[in-house]
Amino acid sequence: MAATTETQQALKDIGGDYKHGFVTDIEMDVAPKGLDEAVIRMISAKKLEPEWLLDWRLEAFRKWGKEEEPEWAKVHYPAIDFQDIHYYAAPKKKDGPKSLDEVDPELLETYAKLGIPLREQEVLAGVMGSPNIAVDAVFDSVSVATTYKKKLEEMGIIFGSFSEAVKTHPELIRKYLGSVVPVSDNFYATLNSAVFTDGTFVYVPKGVRCPMELSTYFRINTKETGQFERTLIIADEGSYVSYLEGCTAPMRDENQLHAAVVELIALDNAEIKYSTVQNWYPGDKNGKGGIYNFVTKRGACRGVNSKISWTQVETGSAITWKYPSCILQGDNSQGEFYSVAITNNMQQADTGTKMIHIGKNTRSRIISKGISAGRGQNTYRGLVRVMAGAENARNYTQCDSLLMGDKCGAHTVPYIEVKNPSAQIEHEATTSKISEDQLFYCLQRGLTQEEAVAMIVNGFCKEVMQNLPMEFAVEAQKLLGISLEGSVG
Amino acid sequence: MTTMLEIKNLHAAVDGKEILKGIDLTVKAGEVHAIMGPNGSGKSTLAYVLAGRAGYEVTEGSVSYDGKDLLEMSADERARDGVFLGFQYPVELPGVNGMTFLRTAANAVRKHRGLKELDGIDFLKLLRQKASLLEMDDGLLKRAVNVGFSGGEKKRNEIAQMAVLDPHLMVLDETDSGLDIDALKVVSKGINALRGPDKATVLVTHYQRLLSYVEPDFVHILARGKIVASGGKELALELERDGYVNYVPEAA
Ligand SMILES: Nc1ncnc2c1ncn2[C@@H]1O[C@H](COP(=O)(O)OP(=O)(O)O)[C@@H](O)[C@H]1O
Ligand SMILES: [Mg+2]
Repeated sequence: MAATTETQQALKDIGGDYKHGFVTDIEMDVAPKGLDEAVIRMISAKKLEPEWLLDWRLEAFRKWGKEEEPEWAKVHYPAIDFQDIHYYAAPKKKDGPKSLDEVDPELLETYAKLGIPLREQEVLAGVMGSPNIAVDAVFDSVSVATTYKKKLEEMGIIFGSFSEAVKTHPELIRKYLGSVVPVSDNFYATLNSAVFTDGTFVYVPKGVRCPMELSTYFRINTKETGQFERTLIIADEGSYVSYLEGCTAPMRDENQLHAAVVELIALDNAEIKYSTVQNWYPGDKNGKGGIYNFVTKRGACRGVNSKISWTQVETGSAITWKYPSCILQGDNSQGEFYSVAITNNMQQADTGTKMIHIGKNTRSRIISKGISAGRGQNTYRGLVRVMAGAENARNYTQCDSLLMGDKCGAHTVPYIEVKNPSAQIEHEATTSKISEDQLFYCLQRGLTQEEAVAMIVNGFCKEVMQNLPMEFAVEAQKLLGISLEGSVG
Repeated sequence: MTTMLEIKNLHAAVDGKEILKGIDLTVKAGEVHAIMGPNGSGKSTLAYVLAGRAGYEVTEGSVSYDGKDLLEMSADERARDGVFLGFQYPVELPGVNGMTFLRTAANAVRKHRGLKELDGIDFLKLLRQKASLLEMDDGLLKRAVNVGFSGGEKKRNEIAQMAVLDPHLMVLDETDSGLDIDALKVVSKGINALRGPDKATVLVTHYQRLLSYVEPDFVHILARGKIVASGGKELALELERDGYVNYVPEAA
C-alpha cells in the first residue's frame, strides 16, 4: 500500500534534532587521557580523599584489569579504547564553590539553557504551588551546585555531592558504598569504582518524609571525556524520598562513555522512588557519535515493608545498557520497575530489570514499554528470581513493544527462575504498530502528524508516565514527541 | 447563500481500483444534504476523500471548499480549517485521555482561527456548555478515546467532539447506524443543534430513519461510485418504501 512507501520517505527526513547539543566554553582542568594507578591517585588526591577510599579504588582497578567487557547484551559497537578517554574533567576553580554566587556564570547559563531550575527563585517561580525541587548539578566530573541545602539540613536530610559527603559523612559512605553493587559486580561497575569522580549522596534520617523532590542533572561537556558518577541514596527506617535524575550531553561525532553506578538502600518501612529522564545525545541519523550509556543501578530493600520504585524514560544515548534492579531482602518488601525506552535511527537499547525475591511475601511489578523507530533496536531483558526462602513471592510483568516503520526491531528476553513453589509469576507481552486508522483519526481532528504520533505514543506509555512526578511528566511527554519527530509518514 | 462545497467530476481510486466514478455535488452554507446508497456504493470513500485520508487517490476532478482547493490541503489542515468527519467506525486510542485529546484538537483549531488557546479550566467550561446543549454528560471524555465504548457511545462521542470543535462542514458517515431509538434521538438532537446559516452538513446514511429526525434539504442516491438521483426529502421516503431497486437493479 502507498502508505508504506510514505513511511520510508518520511523516515529519511529524521534529523539530529537534539535540543541540548551545545558546548559550554569554560576553562577546564582535565586529566591526561588514559587510565593507570597514577590517574586514580590523582583523582583521589584532587578530592582529598581518605586513605581507605583510595585503597578501595585501587583494588577495583586491579580487579577491572582481570575482567572482560560483557558481550551478552543485544548491542553492537566497535571496541572501546579505554586508554583514549579522559577520566577527569572539572571546571577550573581553586576550591569548590561555596555558594551559587561562586559558580561560574557560564555554567549557570548552561543549566538555564537546559531548563534546570538551579536558582532557587526560578524553582519557586516555575513550580507554583507544587512541591519544590532541590537540585544538584553534575558537570562532567564534579558537582557544581546544590540548591535548598539549608532547608534540607534542618530536617537532617543530607543531599549534596558525593565528594563532599566523603568529607562530612565518611562513616555512612564507608558503611554503604559498594554494599549493593560490589566492586567487582560487572566490568563497567568495577571501572566506575576505580575512577568515579563525583555524583550525588542522599541520606534521609529515620521517620523523615523528604518534603521535596531531590534532583540531579548530569551533563557531559568536555570532548572525549568519560563520565563516571556514583550515586548513593540511603532511606533510613520509616523514611521516604523521591529522587529525579536528568541527563544531557552536547552533540559530538565521537562516542562518549557514561558508566555510572547508582546504589539505593531502603531500611525498615522506608520507600525510595527513583525517576530518570535520560536524554543523552543519541548520535546522528547514521549512527555517528552519541553516548554509550552503560549504567549499573540497583536498590536493596533491606528492611521489612520497604519499597523501591524505579521509573525511567530513556530517549537518548547511542547505546543504552541498563538494568535498574531490586533486591527484595526484607519480608513484605516491594520492587517496581516502570520503563519507557525509545530507539530511533541507529539507537540501540538493551534494558530491563532484575527482581530478586529473597524475603517472604515480597512483591515486584515490571511495566516495560519499548518503542522502536527508524533502524532502532530495542530489547527488554528482565530477570525475576525467587529464592528458596521467598515464601509467597509475587511478580507481575508486562512488556509492550510499539514498532514504527519496518526497519526497526523489538525483542523481549524474560528470564524466570523460581526456587519456591508458592511463587506466583505472571508475564504478559504484546507487540503493536501505530495504525493508519489511529493516525488519520488524530489528523482529522486537527492534530499535526507530530502531535498525533506524540499523542498515541504517550497513550501507549501512560502507565509509566503517570508514575513520574508531575513536573517531570510534562517534560518527558514533550521529549517522547521530539525523539520520534518525523518517524511516521 | 454562498457555496461551501463544490465537487466536480470527482474520480477516486483505492489501491489502484476506481471507486468514485465522477461525482458532482454542490453544497451551500445552511444546507443539509443526505447521501444514501447501498453498501459498497462508495459513501465512506467519498467521506474519506473529502477528509483527505492517505491512500485515497483522486484521479480526476476538483473539490473546492470555501473557495479554496480542498484537494491541495493536507488532512490536518482541512480539519483545522473546519472540515469535520464523523467516522463510521470511530477509532480507539488506548491510553489517550479523551479530554486531553479533545483539548489538543480544539486548540489546534482555535489557533488556526486566531482564537486564544484554552487552558484546562476554560476548556472544561466550554465542554460543560456544549454538553448541556447536547444533553450529554462528559463522562465518556474522562476515559481513553473510544476504548471499550459501545457502538452508541462511540457515535455520541463523535457528536460531542464535533460540538466542541465547531466545524463549518460536517460530514457524518453513518452516524445513525447501530443506534437504538433513544441514542438516535440524542445524536439527532446534537446534529440539529449544530445546524446554522454558516454551516453545512453532509449526512451519509444507509437508512431513512435518521432523516425523520434530521430533516435534509436534499437527498442524493449514490450507486456504484456515481450520484444516480437527487431530490428533496421525498426521495428518502421513496427509498424507504421501494428500496434501491429502481437505482441499482441487483439490489432488488
Ligand atoms: N481500503 C480499500 N481497499 C480496497 N477496496 C476498498 C477499500 N475501501 C473500500 N473499498 C471498496 O470500495 C467500495 C466502496 O466502499 P465504501 O466507500 O466503504 O462503501 P459504503 O461506505 O458505501 O458502504 C467497496 O467495493 C469496497 O469494497
Ligand atoms: Mg460506509
